[in-house]
Amino acid sequence: MDPLVLKLAVLIFLLPLATFALMAIFHHRIPRHGDWLATTAIGVILAAAITIFVHAGMSDRNIQVNYVFDWLPLGVSNMVKGGILVDRLTAIMLVVVTLVSFLVHLFSVGYMKDDVRYGRYYCGLLLFTTSMLGLVLANNLVYLYIFWELVGLSSYLLIGHWFEKKSASDAAIKAFITTRLGDVGMFIGLMICYWKVGSLQYADLFAAVQNGLLSEPSGLWGFDWQTLAGLGIFFGAMGKSAQFPLHVWLPDAMEGPTPVSALIHAATMVAAGVYLTGRLLPFFSPDTLVFIAYIGGITALFAATIALVQDDIKKVLAYSTVSQLGYMIMALGVGGYVSGLFHLTTHAMFKACLFLGSGAVIHAMHHEQSMSQYGGLWKKMPFTALFYIMATLALCGFPGFSGFFSKDLILGDTLAYTMLHGHWFLVVAGFGTAFLTAFYMTRQVCLTFFGSPRNAHKYEHAHEVGWQMLTPLVILGTLSLVGGWGGWFEKYNEKRDGLTQIQEIAATGYQSPFVAAALAAAPAAATHEAAAAHEAGVGSETRPTAEAAAAGVHDEAHIIHVAHRTAMGLSIVLALSGIGFGLLMYWQRRSGKALLNPDALAKAARPVYVLLWNKYFFDEMYNAAFVETTHLAARFSARFDRLVIDGVVNFVGFFGKVMGFVIDILDRIIVDGLMVNGSAHAAGFAGNQLSWAQTGRVRQYLLLMVLGIIALSGVILVLVR
Amino acid sequence: MDKMLLTLITFLPIVGMVLVLLMPGKAHGLIRGIAVVTSGIVFLLTLQLYSIFDPTALATSPHPGYDARTWTEAPWISAFHVYYRFGVDGLSTMLVVLTGFLSFLATFVGFTIKKQVKGFYALYLLLMTGMFGVFMALDFFLFYVFWEVMLLPMYFLIGIWGGPRKEYAAIKFFIYTFVGSVLMMIVMLAYYFKVTGNPATADFAFNIPWLVANHPFAGSPEVFRQMMFWGLFIGFAIKVPIFPFHTWLPDAHVEAPTAISVILAGVLLKMGGYGILRFNYPLLPEIGSTPWVMWFLAVLGVVNIIYGAFCALGQTDFKRLVAYSSVSHMGYVLLGVAVLREEGINGAIFQMFAHGLSSAMMFMLVGVLYDRAHHREIARFGGIATQMPVYFGLAVVGFFASLGLPAMVGFIGEVSVFLGAFAYNKILTSVATVGMLLTAGYILWTMQRVYMGNPKPQYAEFPDANKWELIALVPLAATCILFGILPALVMNIYAPSTQLFLQMFK
Repeated sequence: MDPLVLKLAVLIFLLPLATFALMAIFHHRIPRHGDWLATTAIGVILAAAITIFVHAGMSDRNIQVNYVFDWLPLGVSNMVKGGILVDRLTAIMLVVVTLVSFLVHLFSVGYMKDDVRYGRYYCGLLLFTTSMLGLVLANNLVYLYIFWELVGLSSYLLIGHWFEKKSASDAAIKAFITTRLGDVGMFIGLMICYWKVGSLQYADLFAAVQNGLLSEPSGLWGFDWQTLAGLGIFFGAMGKSAQFPLHVWLPDAMEGPTPVSALIHAATMVAAGVYLTGRLLPFFSPDTLVFIAYIGGITALFAATIALVQDDIKKVLAYSTVSQLGYMIMALGVGGYVSGLFHLTTHAMFKACLFLGSGAVIHAMHHEQSMSQYGGLWKKMPFTALFYIMATLALCGFPGFSGFFSKDLILGDTLAYTMLHGHWFLVVAGFGTAFLTAFYMTRQVCLTFFGSPRNAHKYEHAHEVGWQMLTPLVILGTLSLVGGWGGWFEKYNEKRDGLTQIQEIAATGYQSPFVAAALAAAPAAATHEAAAAHEAGVGSETRPTAEAAAAGVHDEAHIIHVAHRTAMGLSIVLALSGIGFGLLMYWQRRSGKALLNPDALAKAARPVYVLLWNKYFFDEMYNAAFVETTHLAARFSARFDRLVIDGVVNFVGFFGKVMGFVIDILDRIIVDGLMVNGSAHAAGFAGNQLSWAQTGRVRQYLLLMVLGIIALSGVILVLVR
Repeated sequence: MDKMLLTLITFLPIVGMVLVLLMPGKAHGLIRGIAVVTSGIVFLLTLQLYSIFDPTALATSPHPGYDARTWTEAPWISAFHVYYRFGVDGLSTMLVVLTGFLSFLATFVGFTIKKQVKGFYALYLLLMTGMFGVFMALDFFLFYVFWEVMLLPMYFLIGIWGGPRKEYAAIKFFIYTFVGSVLMMIVMLAYYFKVTGNPATADFAFNIPWLVANHPFAGSPEVFRQMMFWGLFIGFAIKVPIFPFHTWLPDAHVEAPTAISVILAGVLLKMGGYGILRFNYPLLPEIGSTPWVMWFLAVLGVVNIIYGAFCALGQTDFKRLVAYSSVSHMGYVLLGVAVLREEGINGAIFQMFAHGLSSAMMFMLVGVLYDRAHHREIARFGGIATQMPVYFGLAVVGFFASLGLPAMVGFIGEVSVFLGAFAYNKILTSVATVGMLLTAGYILWTMQRVYMGNPKPQYAEFPDANKWELIALVPLAATCILFGILPALVMNIYAPSTQLFLQMFK
């Protein structure tokens, strides 16, 4: 445990939180609505994050901090614990999040300067940054889930920033509900873990897998609990990272301000699903991993095809983001921990650059987002164009740019996986996407920056953006070039299996029965292997098996080596041909026409074009299948409650009233009429009849009295006897 | 002082009521001042109770399970063995503090009442006494008395200061609750005659801790004990409210003035949950732990969650929607209790607390809007966020707390209940998680229709939340967040009591 890193980590979380709290209440009293305050705070934690990053890199330990504390006493013996984890993966994520967040804060000073809710906008950014940092600092699934939903909240608030527009508030709701659908799956996974393990610390979950606590069959499709829990948790990642079929919210989320799209819906939050999958990689069973790989592959290819035909500059980038996230997920599914997370890092830089660049273009073009209105903008905004193109080349996987290195690793890992285990679809999806990506990005750059202006009026008023907006572009564009050099990621943060991670956690002083059991079981296996290797070395009879094993490992290493070399060659060819093909179709020559006519192609393959243009009609399908049916069920329930359930209640009340009425009548006629009044009448009648006895003579009264007493005494005597 | 604490908390409002009645009817400021000061002092006293209450000492207390320092006991009606017996465990302490907090805040909400202020606050203070008494009385008869004391002022508060259909709503509320109390009384009498049948135990006839510890009906036929269980259960289920006994709630809420809705949702609904946990299960644990009973009640809880959410989604009246969200939220309480697991019960109790804060806040938010617009039709609103930004900020907190967003109170209750229920039945609990989605659906859709969109000219004159509204709303917003981040502050009060509770089933 490193006290400096712990302090910095706490600072990284609390400073933006405190700034958020301050600004949420007082932003309208702070000069400039506190944009400088927010930006400075994020700048400070960026420095802290870089310090942690360097510190972790120089340290020989992977885990710098694993600080655990009691949080929720769910039962006297079931304390749910919270905690902070800082290892190298966290360090990378901290830098990515704070860097992009800082640049987006800076960019927004220019981009949002005339906004009606400028202060509120910065509050949203701060809330998001805090939550995202909490998410990557968490060392357990509960805290992850908490911040997971909180980033969802800030995403909701920021997508709906311009909530006067119906489309914006619709998109905000769609984003929240769709990701929450994923979260419900995640929560079910979490419940399985809690039920089976009783702890939600990452380390305990890894240990539980080692100890086989989750290996019981669940009775559902023949999966064990580990697979089901993994699928559930991954479902959450699918929602947040917009994986097929939960991808529908992300393109709509572009209703939010463009810097928000860069920060949340491209670089950081949507990558949370990838981060989670990477973080929990040792927890996923082989079945889950295959599922993950396929989801990633399908998403990558599927979204790339939609991106081919979109006209809105942000929609193209949105689908591109979905597609690239699919890449990362696919990489993790085939076990490519380094390649998947490496791509997360490089993608964050170049995609943030692309979004901010598109923001600069949109800003310059007076909030025009349709590429059919652009053209020739490089003359008006040369710097934006330059860095935009650099980021584009990174995304296309042009050799030397950051995206090339990470994408190449992904494709190599996928190819190796397929060569070893099958699943050819993944390779097709991977390489196909590489080609399509290069193509649609070339199309976008050509339509936006080159050719002749298609909207002369807006073009005339376009201008290069100010320094607050240009600086982030310069930094991110440069990182798009150099961000992958030297394969730094693998050296910094190599893949570790579950047991190694448990040992690392145990080395920080973390104690739990699960970890202890896993470690107790582990040395035996390790020493056994060591002994076998030793025996092999001295030449006993175990040699053939050891040799065979060694040969097997050698073969596998060889295949991986071959796969990576092949993938590199192939990916360069595909990237270049994608770019070339894009240029053929969209590079305007002097004549004003491209070599190939895209419209002719669209006409020739009209059904395909319509399908892609309408995004495979997913929105319409979901609307009919879920939204409408839910509203129908709701209206039905409300009416059922009113008419049937309350109807019964009111009927009982009515019945009571009727009964009251009937009884009232009976009461008047029989009880009151016959009995009460009857007896009164009887008494009156008797009185009248007996009035002859009222003579007024005292002696007669006395006589009657005595007679009466005698009669009564007689009656009493008879009765008593 | 400690010995007097529970008595003071319960009867100080009566003193306030007398003072209010002595005031001239026109002195509105004075009357409101007395109400605020009285409920403020009572709230401080409940905090004092919180601070001296030691949850870890309950197991070794001379009155097992109850706090010894504040235990109060004296004969009341000796001929019938009725005692003045007050005591608190973790559950009641939490509810007493919640009641003190909410009834203090609701006095400010009541400032909007302009008609017969004197009568309003007199009844309001009487209602407070009833509520505190219900949560602290440990004598069955005394409990019953307080239950009725709570019922009557509520009837008048809805019936006199309510909306257009106030008579209907008030009578519906009264009769429904009264049916419940009659069922409760029958069970109470059964215990009375059983226990007084033996002179040696006669004095314990209404002694709840004794009845719980000794199970006088242990040897009786199961059918009889089932009847007693369900008699009590229906009595409390009406109050929770549990499907299909819930339809009084939307009517009562829609007609009641805002301050009373706050109390109704925040405190009165908790009496159902409290009664189930204090009477149903402890008196008849063997019935509550019968497999089919557990299953039936758990399913009923899930029905509440899902059905309530669907109904809420289908409402067109803002306040009715919030009322149905209460039905949905209280389903978690039943689900959590029914599975008889530590996580579930702790979650259910937390859910009561959370719902007390979040639903109270939502009713206040609706009330603020109603005071300005004089209607509650969701479809006619829109663009309020632009006109009332401070109010909107608070609305975001209130609605998201109710949605069960993490780092707010609603989340803790839901999650704990689900974690407990999942171990009981995986499929049922997985079905119930759909509720999380539906809740998000109706809350977000409502917020969109009411607050978002273009500002409408007819609402352009609306002032933002005033200082009285802020006094009531801000503390709720703060507590909704605080106890979502630090749930242990609340859960630690009652977790030991839950453990003692569960020992009854072993």
